[in-house]
Order: sequence, then C-alpha cells, then structure tokens
Amino acid sequence: MAELGELTLGGISVGMIYAAIGLSLVLIWRATRILNYAQGGMAMLTTYIALTVVSRTGSYWAGFAVALMAGLVLGGVIERTVIRPAENKPPLNAIIVTIGLLIFLEGLAGIIYGGQFRSFPAAFSITGLHIGSAALGISANDVFVAGAVLAAAALLAAGFRYTSAGLRLRAAAFSPPVARLLGVRVGRMLTLGWALAGLIGALAGVLVSPSTFLYPNSMDSVFVLGFTAAVIGGLDSPGGAVAGGLILGVALNYVGGYLGSDLVPLFGLAALAVVLMIRPSGLFSPAPARQV
Amino acid sequence: MTLLRHLAAAAVLALLIVILSIKLSAFRDYQIAEIGCYVAAVAGLTMLVGLSGQISLGHGAFMAIGAYATGLMLLHLHWPLEVVLAASALAAALSGAVVGVAAARLRGPYLAGATLMLAVALPTLAIRYAGLFGGDQGLSVTINTPGFLGPTFPLTRWQAWLTCGCALITLVVLANLARSRVGRSWRATGDDEVAAALAGLNVARLRVLAFVVSAACAGLAGALLAVTTSIISPGAFTLTLSIALLTGAVLGGLGTLAGAVWGSLVLVLVPTYVTDVAASHGLSSSAGSNIPVAAYGVVLVVVMLVFPDGIQGAVRRFRQLASRVLTLRGTPRGRAPASEHQEEGST
Amino acid sequence: MNRSHASRSRAYRSHSYTAHRAALPVIAAVAVLAMVVSACSSSSTGSSSGSKGGGLTASAPGITTTTITIGSHQPLTGVAAPGYSEIAPASNAYFSYVNAHGGIYGRKIVYKYLDDKYDPTNTVSVVKQLVLQDNVYAIFDGLGTPTHLAVAPYLNSQKVPDVFVASGCECWNAPSSWPQTFGWQLDYVREGKILGSYIKQHFAGQKIGYFYQNDEFGQDGVKGLDAEIPHADVVSRQSYDPTNINVGPQVAALKAAGAKVVVSFSVPAFTALLRLNSLKLGFSPTLVVSDVGADPITLAGLLEAYAKQGGATVSGNQLTQGIITDGYLPTLGDASNSWIALFKKIHDQYLPKLPFDGNVLFGEAVAYTFVQAMLKAGKNPTRADLVTAIQGGLPQGPVVAPYAYSATVHAGMTGAYIGVIKNGAIVQQGPVLVTDTSPTGAVTSYSGTPPAAPASGMP
Repeated sequence: MAELGELTLGGISVGMIYAAIGLSLVLIWRATRILNYAQGGMAMLTTYIALTVVSRTGSYWAGFAVALMAGLVLGGVIERTVIRPAENKPPLNAIIVTIGLLIFLEGLAGIIYGGQFRSFPAAFSITGLHIGSAALGISANDVFVAGAVLAAAALLAAGFRYTSAGLRLRAAAFSPPVARLLGVRVGRMLTLGWALAGLIGALAGVLVSPSTFLYPNSMDSVFVLGFTAAVIGGLDSPGGAVAGGLILGVALNYVGGYLGSDLVPLFGLAALAVVLMIRPSGLFSPAPARQV
Repeated sequence: MTLLRHLAAAAVLALLIVILSIKLSAFRDYQIAEIGCYVAAVAGLTMLVGLSGQISLGHGAFMAIGAYATGLMLLHLHWPLEVVLAASALAAALSGAVVGVAAARLRGPYLAGATLMLAVALPTLAIRYAGLFGGDQGLSVTINTPGFLGPTFPLTRWQAWLTCGCALITLVVLANLARSRVGRSWRATGDDEVAAALAGLNVARLRVLAFVVSAACAGLAGALLAVTTSIISPGAFTLTLSIALLTGAVLGGLGTLAGAVWGSLVLVLVPTYVTDVAASHGLSSSAGSNIPVAAYGVVLVVVMLVFPDGIQGAVRRFRQLASRVLTLRGTPRGRAPASEHQEEGST
Repeated sequence: MNRSHASRSRAYRSHSYTAHRAALPVIAAVAVLAMVVSACSSSSTGSSSGSKGGGLTASAPGITTTTITIGSHQPLTGVAAPGYSEIAPASNAYFSYVNAHGGIYGRKIVYKYLDDKYDPTNTVSVVKQLVLQDNVYAIFDGLGTPTHLAVAPYLNSQKVPDVFVASGCECWNAPSSWPQTFGWQLDYVREGKILGSYIKQHFAGQKIGYFYQNDEFGQDGVKGLDAEIPHADVVSRQSYDPTNINVGPQVAALKAAGAKVVVSFSVPAFTALLRLNSLKLGFSPTLVVSDVGADPITLAGLLEAYAKQGGATVSGNQLTQGIITDGYLPTLGDASNSWIALFKKIHDQYLPKLPFDGNVLFGEAVAYTFVQAMLKAGKNPTRADLVTAIQGGLPQGPVVAPYAYSATVHAGMTGAYIGVIKNGAIVQQGPVLVTDTSPTGAVTSYSGTPPAAPASGMP
C-alpha cells in the first residue's frame, strides 16, 4: 500500500515535468503551428546559463530568474532569425530547421560547457516529507515543481482567454491574413508565442535538471515524454498537456514499479496508441468540425 | 515506356556505381554501401511524407524490424540471401500495415508523436526478449562474397553492389508507382483529403498502402544495413536514426526520388567530412569533438532555409535557369511555367 | 483554419515532377565530385618505407620510422559521453608524456580516436575508416560492449590487433575465435563475485536487493553476485534502463521488499539517482556499488548541488559516505601511492581542465599498459608481434592484481580490493581478492606486493 502511494505521488511529480515540456510545445503549436523539436535543447541551454549564474552568485533564485528571462529571449530570437524564414514554406521545413537547431544547441553546449555531468541544485529540500513517521514519497521540491507547473499552465490558459494579447495570439495562429486585416501584428505575435514557449521550456529545464543532471543531451528523453504527454492531451489544449503529463507520469510509474522498467517505453507506446485510436486529436482537443 | 525509361536510368546509375566502387578505396566502397542502405529507406519515406502527406518519425523502427528479421533468418534458417532480404522487406511491410491501420485517423503532429513513440519503444523489445534477439549485445551476422565473383573480390565492394543494386530496384519500383494511378491517388489524398474522398478515393486504404510500401523499403534498408555492418543491436536503431531519415528526405527534396539520393549522400558524407576538417585542425579535445556536431546542425538549418525545396528543388531551379539562359527565353522571374504543375515524371 | 491547413498540406509536396532523366547525369556528376572531394581531403597515413633511422623500419601498417599510429572508437558526444569522453584524452595525455620522453624506441605515438556516439553503426564506420583509410597499427581501448561487438569480428578477420577493450564483458576472452582481441579491465562477472563474497561474509542472512543496468554490464554483474550470494537472501531484483532517469519505481520496489543492503551495478549517474530517490522515500540501505559507478569524484560532482544547499539536511559527502565498492587501480586519494603521484603529475600537466577522477586514471593506466606491450613487442614489430607480446604475459604495472594474459587466456585483470568511501575517498578494506569467471571458482586473497611506479614514468 505504501508502495502504491509512493508510486502515485512520484508519478505525479515526474508527470509535472512532462507537462511543462508539453505546455511549451502546445504553446508553439497554437501560436505558430510548428512542432518545435528543439524545445528540450533550448531548455538545456537556459539551464546551463542558470547554473553559471548560480555558481557565480550562490543564489538559486537569481539563477531561476535568469533562466526564465534567457528562455524568453532565446525563444524570441530563434523565432525571428531561424523560424521566420521557414514559416511560409512547407511545414516540414520548419521541423527540420528545429532538428538542426537542436543538434546545434547540443554541440554548442558541449563546446562552451564541456560534455560532463553538472549538478543542478533543487529549489527546496529533496528529502522526503513525512507525516509522523510514515514517509510520503515526495519532497518539498516535488511540491514546488508541481505548483510551479500548475501556476504556469493556469496563467497561460488565463492569458489566452482573458487578455487581449492572448486573443491576438490566437487570432494570428488561426488565420494570419484575417488577423492582419483586423490590425493584429502577426509577426510580433509569433515572436511572442515562441518567447513564452521558451520561458516555459526554461522553467521545465530548471525543474527537471536536478534529477537528470545537466549535460548536453540531458533533455532528450524528457522531450520525448513531454511530446507524448502533449499529444495525449491534445496539442491545442494547455490543460490537456497537464492532464496528459499526469496520466503518463503516473501510468508509467505504475508499470515501472509493478511490471518492470523495461516495459515502460512499450507501455508508453500502448497508452498513446489507445488514446489516439479513441480520440485521434488527443483527449482534450476540440473535435474536427467536418468529416466526409 | 515509363518502365523502360526508369530501367535505363537505373542501368546508367548501376554502371556508374560499379565504376566508382572499383576506382575508389575500400573505405569509400563501404560508404557507398551505407549510402545505398539509406537511399532505400529515405526513398520510401519521402514517398510517404511527400506524396501521401503522412509524417513519420518512426521509420527507424521498420528498419529495425527488417534488420532483426534478416538476422534471425540468417542465423536460424540459412536461407539464401536474396530470399532473406525479400522476406525481411515483407515482414516490415506487414508491420507497416499494422501501424498504418492504427494511424489511419491520425494527422500531422499526432501521427508524428505516435511514430516517434514507436521508434523509441520498438527497439526495447530486443532487450526485453533478449534470448531471441540477443539483447543489448545484439545479433552478429556475416555474409560472404558469392562464389562466382572469385576468391579475391573485396567484401566491401560486394556490399556496395548489393546495397546499391537493391536501392536501384527500390527506386525503379517507387518511380513507377509514383507515376501510376496509385501515385496520383496518393498525391490527391496528400493534397486535400476531403476533395479526394469526395472524388471517390478510398483515403484510408491509400494511406495504409503508403505506409506498407514505405515500411517495406525501410525494412529492406534495415536488412541491407544488417549485412553491411554485420551487427544488429538496439543501439543502432535509436530515435536519432528515424530523425536522420526524415532529415535526409526533406533536405534532399521531399517527394522526389533524386532527393532521396541527395539526402542519403548528405547523411553519410557530411558528418565524416566535418569531423575530418575538425581533426585536421588539431581539435581532438572533448570540447573540440562537439564542433562537428554544432557544424552539422548549422548545415541543416542553413540548407533548409536557403533551399526550401531541398537540394533537388535547388537543382531543378538551377536547370530551369540554365535552360532559360541557354534558349534565351525570357520568362519573368517569380512566375513558374504553368506546364510544370502538370508534368508527372519523377526519379 | 481549415483553409490554411489545406494550403499548408498542399505545400507538403514539392510542386512539380519534371522528367528527371536529365537529372541523372547531374546526380552522377555530383556524386563523383563528392566522392573525389572526400577522398582527396581525407588523410592518408600510409606506411612509408623510408630510410632507416637508427635501425627503425616501417615494419607494419601504421608504423613508420618516426610514428606509431593507433586508433579507437569512443563516445565523445551523445548520451553516453559524460564521463567516458574523458578516457581517450587521458590516454592521449600519457602518450604525450611518453612522446616527450623519447617515445617508444624513438617513435612517437599518434592516437586517433573517433566519435561513434555509442551507436554500433557509427562504430563500424569509424573503425573501417581507421583501418582502411588511416592504416592504424592497432585498435586500442575500443569503448563499449554493443559497440565493440560490432567490430571485433572484422578486426579479427583483418588481423588487426584489438587490444585492451574498454568493457568488462567476458566476451573479449575468446582466443580461439578472436585471437587479436584482448580485454583489460576487470570483467563484470569477476567483479560481481568479489562484491558478492564480501556481502556473503559481512551481511550474511540479511535481505539483499539488486539494482542493475539492464544490459550486459548489469546482467554479468548479477551473474557474479548470484555465484556467491545465497539465492534466498535476494529479495528484489530491479533493473533500470539508462535512457530513463526515473528510477523512483525501482527504489520503491526495493524499499517495499525490505532490502537492507542494495548492490548496484550502475553507472555514476544512476548511483546518484539511486541515492537521491532513496532519500526521498526515506529508505537508507547499505549501498554496495560496482567500481565504475562508485567513483567518489564523479559522484561528488553529481551530488555537489545538494551539498551546497544552505541549511539543508543533506550534504554531498554524507550522501556518499559509507558506500562499499571495489577497486582495481590504486585509490585516487592515496597521494603516497607512486602510481597516483605519476598519473596526477601527467594529468596536471596535460589535462588541467578535467578533474582527476576515475575515468582519467583509467585512461592513463590503460595507456601505460599499451606502452608496456609495445616495448615488449620489439623495435620493429609486426602486428603479430604485439599479440605475441601480450600473450607472453605483462608485468602488473598500476593494477592491483596480476593479469591473466597467456596464449589461451585473453582476459586482463583478475581481481580487485574492497573499499569504503570515507569523506569523499575510497579507503581500502582488506586484501586484494582474485577469482575467475566460473560460478564455482573460489574468491581468494592475493598476497603479492604491488610494484612501484618507475621513476621515469615509462615502463
């Protein structure tokens, strides 16, 4: 029974990381209809920058803030320089550009910071929390991670729905020509979308790196699961990304604990296949309006 | 007529490869063999993505199926090589059918996500059932040069001939398929699914067929890779391979078979070239070994931005420019000749 | 949205399919050009039959009157790179030291190590490049079991010496099928038996849990452990996949089974993860970790961030304190050991940016062994001379137990000592233990005195 509780809580905390990556992918998809394969790489680079700040200043929160800002800037810069020329071309071109970008970022990190493991601090204590003498199986840091991701998702959803910037972002993605006619600066909205995605990706990187240890390829496997979480939840729904992350995290934890860790990828595939066969656009995406 | 034209083209290429494989060193022969493997896989993928509009990030998994089928058959059944290669392609085709059916309703990034997970999860079967598949260490296979070539025929040259021969057969088959009714139907479904369905095409069946054909090509490529590298292990079929195949297809020119050749050339030759350049500058430290990685990424981005239609697109535009210059015909810039859209040839 | 989607989907395909019969000559021309350019730009270090310099001749491929060229495949980038990418530069540092002090009979060692990203397809490619294009004399310290298995048959068929493979697989000890291949490091089965015998002695009757990497490294280690530890004592066996950093489920399972001692055949990252997850679950078993996963410097680096947390209840050293492990090279912290002094001096001179950790020590020690073998092979060795030299047995050098090399055995080290991590360094406990790879072979102590490092630093 204790094991079930530990697996569930552990699954929630790791699922929140998948949700964070999924959120940034959803954001870019909603804003620019591009699948950003470099999302993990961007998060890795901003985390390295944060680590430099933390080791220079000794303050975790300074590094945290710098990482978020660096993510904002990096996302915007990438969109302006590298993605903008690819936006009116076949959509696969943009995916290949992001693949090239990922390879470049990983090489760049290796050149600047070296390929060895770096230890990234956690925001709060990692010792398990206890009720009385019973271990709960999560730590204060896990609670922080969950809270941060939920807050980001909530802010994002609220921003999309209730602010005029969010409305403009959605309009620019839905139909750029019509949005332009209505006075929306489509180019700026695209940059804003990527910048925000960079911010959330940076958040994910900082939250997950204590567990993965930081090295140029550290975000590769997290990205795959984050992408899967976004697909399960539906790429048009930020709430879906969070739900998808939670479902994936908990389910894979159960599989790992009760059936064996070598079945985890196969089970992930099975879960994805089941969800997509029932709802081909993810669990929470709006259903397609027309079918023949 | 089309078939004859394609066969003639294949014969010319085959002759070229034979000459190259004799003139170049053994290591270059090995690289030619690698290129042949990739051409088979990328050609199938470019048909799937470019014609029928279905993105697949999981073709490495089909290559793995073909490779493991080859390994198991060579180790346990001792069939002749041609039969083994064909059977491996068939095995991959069957799995392509399964995946195609499962993915028939998926579009865009959802299909991408599903195939991505396939690429990640399938090789783990080899570790789970290590008794059959050899686990992490994999299966070791060896082939020998056939007797009729003589005892001193270099193995690398035979491997080059074998893989390129199979690749050429694949290209001819795909070229004919693309020009046939099936190919036109694929293009129709890739263009506008709803219109195609309204026109009476069975969209689902066509999509599955595209998966089957492209998976067969990837399975053949995996089988060829197995006999070329002599090892079949899960470490060779990571997600990186699937991504590389898609990269090669798009970089070379999506939907074109010449693009498959360009893309394969880039995949095999550029990384070694970049590493050689880095090594000749004396960069052998750990940080220096990342420079070829970063450079390769830059190459991908730049080529994609400068040549949005891929390398074949650039070649085509260059030839148009050249022919316009040579015939002194002044077609205003920016307007492609209308006849282009109706021409159907392909390579 | 539908309209823009349709226009996008049309844009998936390129627009036209002009008859490409004319494209063939273009493709052909460019292909030839690409090949020729690559061929021209590649380095070709053929062996030159130059003039004799002091009786030196170009006696084998890769050997000239002035150089010996050897090659290797290493994971320099990619997911397997952290840690392992230090080994080849460390070997190169020792070779540079040797080159600066006269070389091998006056020849300088040129060490070409290429990146295979731990992908067997790349391994085949780079090894073929080294053998066919760069004409190396031998392949040295090829790293990784699945990767090296891809090239061992080829190297043996081409009669290229394949020495001191950087992997603990038993498979390198196969002189009848792979006469050119030699192992070096302590193989994982022996290591498992040595650790197992210690556990059997000191933790008899307690509940033992296994935590191991689900490949040949972990599985061979478990084979060795099972040869010594009574089956009834093992309450849980948890494997992990090196691409999945979430080991929470495995640790939860170990805790649920009540394991008091956890034996871990893991790489350092996963040893650290095991520790961190145990901390989270309030689980504190005694940890016994295999050599590669217990390097105190690497572990300290991985756990450093937790050591620095102000006011936190954990510190880096506390997390590694008490870990039991084994070692087949002298402990890093033992400054009085002549080998450590020598290798540290070389490290400080040639690799100041890298930490002096287990990987660097490994790289330098195996390079030293290669120089031993080359000196023994003679002044103008053929490839066969190197194989004969190793088969004749090598002096112990920096390793703590004798080598097993002979005409019928191509395995290297035979034993290790047990150590405990105290304050960030391994402290040896008891004598060096030696054993064989059979399940019934005994684990005995080795009482020979280890040789000291030569004053010149060269064998």
